[in-house]
Amino acid sequence: MSALTVDSLELSVAGIPLVTGVSFTVGAGERVGLIGESGSGKSLTATAVMGLLPDEVDAAGSVRLSDVDHDLVGATEKQLARVRGRRMAMVFQEPMSALNPSMRVGDQVAEIMLIHGTRPDKATARAAAVELLGQVRLPEPAETARAYPHQLSGGQRQRVMLAIALANDPAVLICDEPTTALDVTVQARMLELIRTATEERGTALLFITHDLAVVAQTCERVLVMYGGRLVETGSVKEVFTAPKHPYTRGLLDASDLEAVDEHGRLRTIPGAVPGAGEFPGGCVFRNRCTDATGDCAEAPVLSEVDDRGFACWNPVGGPA
Amino acid sequence: MNVIEVRDLHRVYRRPRTSLTVPGTRVEALRGVSFDLPRQARFGVVGESGSGKSTLIRLLAALDKPTSGTISFQGKDITGLPERRLKFLRRELQVVFQDPMGSLDPRMRVRDIICEPLVAQGHSDPAGRLKELLDAVGLPQQSADRFPHQFSGGQRQRISIARALAPNPSVLVADEPVSALDVSVRAQILNLLADLVERFSLTLVFVSHDLSVVRHVCDTVAVMRSGEIVEMGAAEEIYESPQHSYTRELIAAVPTLRTAMRRFA
Repeated sequence: MSALTVDSLELSVAGIPLVTGVSFTVGAGERVGLIGESGSGKSLTATAVMGLLPDEVDAAGSVRLSDVDHDLVGATEKQLARVRGRRMAMVFQEPMSALNPSMRVGDQVAEIMLIHGTRPDKATARAAAVELLGQVRLPEPAETARAYPHQLSGGQRQRVMLAIALANDPAVLICDEPTTALDVTVQARMLELIRTATEERGTALLFITHDLAVVAQTCERVLVMYGGRLVETGSVKEVFTAPKHPYTRGLLDASDLEAVDEHGRLRTIPGAVPGAGEFPGGCVFRNRCTDATGDCAEAPVLSEVDDRGFACWNPVGGPA
Repeated sequence: MNVIEVRDLHRVYRRPRTSLTVPGTRVEALRGVSFDLPRQARFGVVGESGSGKSTLIRLLAALDKPTSGTISFQGKDITGLPERRLKFLRRELQVVFQDPMGSLDPRMRVRDIICEPLVAQGHSDPAGRLKELLDAVGLPQQSADRFPHQFSGGQRQRISIARALAPNPSVLVADEPVSALDVSVRAQILNLLADLVERFSLTLVFVSHDLSVVRHVCDTVAVMRSGEIVEMGAAEEIYESPQHSYTRELIAAVPTLRTAMRRFA
């Protein structure tokens, strides 16, 4: 059974739909990338999965974890607090704002274990925290545990975040652009660490990023999101080598800095992502799509066969 | 003739002291940097945080003074000049910063943001120039009446570029102008920069941590580490056959789709 199952997730604010009919699963030990531009709804989807939605967002549909017996959509704060940080954890983009600046990092790692009661007392939790800091390959973990966040570099802080996230051995780890704020060589080591840490523990990983190369390096399967809908899904290999949706094709073209057009310019997707509620009816991508036809006035359904799916009437390379 | 000549530039900072008896530690942000920029050069500076690239930009824009060494701009030494004698530089050299939200005044309308440098310099027709600039960066004319927060990241960067181009500079310094942007927007802004540099015959200094981006917009690249240029040369050559081990490390660290997809081959 899948570690995480999201079914027909609908999110809206004051009647404006933000996420529409999003369904996907992440299996135990599987690494899945969720990609799309800013404004496509990917971070909001992650926030909904974590049960961290702001009050004004209305949610419908279902989010289930394999070892939790209730639905996370509509769950009470008390129920969610038992799940968050225990069954499911998240690493955010900005470690400096996610960590407590006035608390030693070792105590912050220990805190998450004490809150959920996975370690009997302070001393064992502290010892476990030092061990975790070592596992995320921080130098001299015992020393580092006594440091405050501002004494660490950006990469080290992000490792602390990962240690906190993994402290209770969650079934699902969500990473939202965890390496965007880091230097490139630090990013490379962090990605490697996320991969090995989830592999060793059999943790299901949902990895959110706008960087296709990072997904290609880290994940096995990928979900492409645009306008609050999943527009293409499949294995990284298939989606990135033979994309079906023109949006995926556009993202791949724009990411390729080695290919240029006849004027020596990079290929781009025309136009920009519309604001929330300003996406066209029917296919959400049709106002930016070069292959749009009359059919596209009706919304295409994401049809999945063996985990491979796309929502487009005129797929790249013709209907398969 | 060279627009910019940098000779043996050093910049030493002292960290704020943490003890009464011990002075703060010395940080050598730049340690002997020299290069020449011929007119219309497209010069890339690549390095990670702490490499000294931001210090270099601050010195080039005369926002800071070097500890030793000289920078001459159009044959004129600008190091140590008082602000009142830097007026020509404030017009000739303009900077586009990484985070447009941090560099655009949230309480000013786009019209005022773009026209501010024109008014300061007594331009005769700011309204006409505004129109030209919005056109050049691909923003609709009605953007002029809106505020920065009403735009997306890519559009905000277009506003920063229009503001930078307003005084008709000869040198454009871009400090990580696309690092905060989505891939699709990144391609659009890189294309725009390439177009504008060509159209207005600009000399470009492009700072980035990503050599694959720099290679695309620049003809010459300097790779910096710990305040020094470790390798400098033609962009294509450095990308294809890096000589310094750090350059190789940098190239290997940036995931590109092509290299990442090899694991599926």
